[in-house]
Amino acid sequence: MGFEVSDVTRSRFGATRLYHRPMPFWWWLQNRAYFNFIVRELTCVFVGVFAVLTLLQIRALADGPDAYAEFISRLRTPGFILFNTVGLAALLLHAVTWFKAVPTTMAIRFGETRVPDQMIVGLHYVGWMVVSAVVACILLLR
Amino acid sequence: MAEKITLIVSRYRPEEESEPTFQTYDVPYNKDWVILDALNYVKDQLDGSLTFRWSCRMGVCGSCGMMVNGTPKLTCAVPLSDYVSLGQIRIEPLQFFPVVRDLVIDINSFLGKLSSVKPWIIRDDEKPLAEGEYLQTPAELDVYKQFSMCINCLLCYSACPVVGLEPEFAGPAVIALAQRYNLDSRDQGAAERMAALNEHEGMWGCTFVGECTKVCPKKVDPAGAIQLYKMASATDWFKSMLLPWGSK
Repeated sequence: MGFEVSDVTRSRFGATRLYHRPMPFWWWLQNRAYFNFIVRELTCVFVGVFAVLTLLQIRALADGPDAYAEFISRLRTPGFILFNTVGLAALLLHAVTWFKAVPTTMAIRFGETRVPDQMIVGLHYVGWMVVSAVVACILLLR
Repeated sequence: MAEKITLIVSRYRPEEESEPTFQTYDVPYNKDWVILDALNYVKDQLDGSLTFRWSCRMGVCGSCGMMVNGTPKLTCAVPLSDYVSLGQIRIEPLQFFPVVRDLVIDINSFLGKLSSVKPWIIRDDEKPLAEGEYLQTPAELDVYKQFSMCINCLLCYSACPVVGLEPEFAGPAVIALAQRYNLDSRDQGAAERMAALNEHEGMWGCTFVGECTKVCPKKVDPAGAIQLYKMASATDWFKSMLLPWGSK
C-alpha cells in the first residue's frame, strides 16, 4: 500500500530513534496457534500431490491397460502405501481444520437471521459424506 | 495470598541504549487491580521514568495494549489475579511495531493505512441537511454493528504474524473497519475501498491465521471481516468475467 517504515518518529519533542524488533525465523514456534496455522498450511502440499497423482492415474488409463496396470502396481509398493497413509492423514487434518474455519468466511442470512455456525459446519460434513458415499457406490457397485 | 507480584518490564531509552532491556519491579498484590494499576504504581511510587500509554482505564480508548507474558492484552482489562499463581508478569510493547520508548509503540504506519480505506460514510450525493438524517433500520444496523466496535487498540496487529513479516500489509483492524462502512446501508463507498484493499498488501495478504479475532477485546472478528471481503472481491471478479454487464 506504499507505506514506509521509518527509523525515526517526529513529534513536538523532536526526533526519536525507533527500535525495530526483528522477526525471528522461528516465529511459528512462538505459540501453539502459529504452529497449528503452519501445519494447516503445509498439509495443503499433500492435497496438491494427491491431485497430481490422480491426473497421472488418468493419463495411465488413457495410455492403455498395460500402462495402467504398471501404474497400479507402483501404487502398491510399500513406499507409496506409506506416502498415501501419511498423505491421507494430512489431507483429513487439512479438511477438518478448514471446515472448522468455514463459518468465519460465510455469513449466510435468511431474512434477519444469520445461519448458526454449527449448521454451516454440519452441512459441509454432510456434503463430504454424500460425495464419499457416491464415490463408494461407483467403486463398489460396478 | 501473595503480598507482592513481580513485573518484568521492557525498557527502551533511545538516548541511552541501542536495544531494549528488561527491568524488574516488585509491586504490592491487590486482587482488585488490573495490570495497568500495577504499572501506574510503578510510575507513581518506584520509577517515574517508565513510559507507557493509557487513558480511560475502562476498555474504551484502546491506548494501553501491551504484550503480557507474550500475548497481546488491554492492560486495563486484565486482572493481576490472572497471573498471581505465576508470581511474575512479563510486560513488553505490542510486537510487530517499532518501539518509541519503553512500552510505547509507533503507530504512524497504522494511521496511514487507516485513512487510506476512508473509514467514514461516503455518499455519491450528500443530501441537504434540511432533508434530515439518513435513516437505518435495526436489521441494517445489525449487519455491521459487530465491526463498528473496534477501538483501534492494535492487539490484532500484534497477534498477526503477517504484520510482522510484511510491514506493508493493511492489517486486520483496517480491513474490518473498511468492511464496517461497506456493510453500512447509508454508505456508497465500497468501490473506492475495494480499490485500496484489493491487492496483495490489502486483503489478499491475509493468510487466515485467525489470531486477530481471538485477541480482540471487543469481539469484532477481524478475521471474519477479511474473509467476507475476499468473498465479495472474488464474487465481483467472477461477475465481471462472466456477465456481459460486469459486476454492476
